[in-house]
Amino acid sequence: MSTSSTVVLILAVFGAATVEMVEALTIVVAAGVSRSWRSSLEGAATAAAVLAIIVLVVGVPLIHYVPINTLRVIVGALLLVLGLSWLRKSILRASGHKALHDEDAIFAATSAELAAPESSFSPSRRDAVGFGVAFKGVFLEGMEVVLIVVSLGASQHRLGIAAGAAGAAALVVAAIGALVAKQLSQVPENTIKLGVGIMLTSFGLFWVGEGTGAHWPGSDAAIIVLVGLFLLVTMGSIAWLRGLRSTDGRPTGASVPEGVEE
Amino acid sequence: MKTISRGVRAFGLFWWDFLVGDTPELLVAVIVIVALAILLRHHHVIAIILLPVLTALFLLASAFRGRRRDGREPKG
Repeated sequence: MSTSSTVVLILAVFGAATVEMVEALTIVVAAGVSRSWRSSLEGAATAAAVLAIIVLVVGVPLIHYVPINTLRVIVGALLLVLGLSWLRKSILRASGHKALHDEDAIFAATSAELAAPESSFSPSRRDAVGFGVAFKGVFLEGMEVVLIVVSLGASQHRLGIAAGAAGAAALVVAAIGALVAKQLSQVPENTIKLGVGIMLTSFGLFWVGEGTGAHWPGSDAAIIVLVGLFLLVTMGSIAWLRGLRSTDGRPTGASVPEGVEE
Repeated sequence: MKTISRGVRAFGLFWWDFLVGDTPELLVAVIVIVALAILLRHHHVIAIILLPVLTALFLLASAFRGRRRDGREPKG
């Protein structure tokens, strides 16, 4: 496996984990502020441990027992589904056809939901609701990261590197979260999602081709060419859809204010 | 028993949402791409040109389908 594909692998996993962990951290901070920091952090840590166990339990047998070409086709198909869906969403958001993900609104909504007026809990006490909400937030957001780590890691026999990149992203996001508390809306989530979508789509198509026996020119370097191609297609799509919006007589722009998107 | 069935249901829902969700056309697109890749496994040149072009076209079509029209919320 060449250096270029390892770099793209690390970037893809790091980016995907960053996006998902920002979403998870918003929920963890909201649960911490509104209920109990101790329970919220315990819930988040437990979910992270469960996700790590899933990577080991699913990823290691995949590498050892599934024929590599079969694995590449299945993994490639899964990455294509995920990559195309992220790219589509990012294109629609960037062209003003879909509301941008609003972490501040999610924070406010989660906090309001959790903070009952008559509540008598203390921030340092154990609280089942705070634990449950933080666990669910980290676990659900983390499942897509697990899927990407296992898929990319297993198909390239780089499970350790992929898991390390995801872990590093989780630490970076947690550190940023600790510093800026709830101001996670500053993270350019749609841009990261767009970049990761391009990389996942490129990897997915590459593995589907490799797994079925196609020989990409330049071998692993073809991934970089595919990244360039999908970047061009994405930029073109955004410009095209912005144009469609302006011909509808609607303002163009990066955001649609109403609504909060998942 | 209840916990197991709830877990199985949640697992099924996760995969349904992941693979189909509100963009079933992307799942169909990927099935077509994989099928074509298998059919073209002995025609490398055609495969390496056709597969990326087709993927790009499917993406464009799906994004076009999801655009906001006449004030209505987009699909997906």
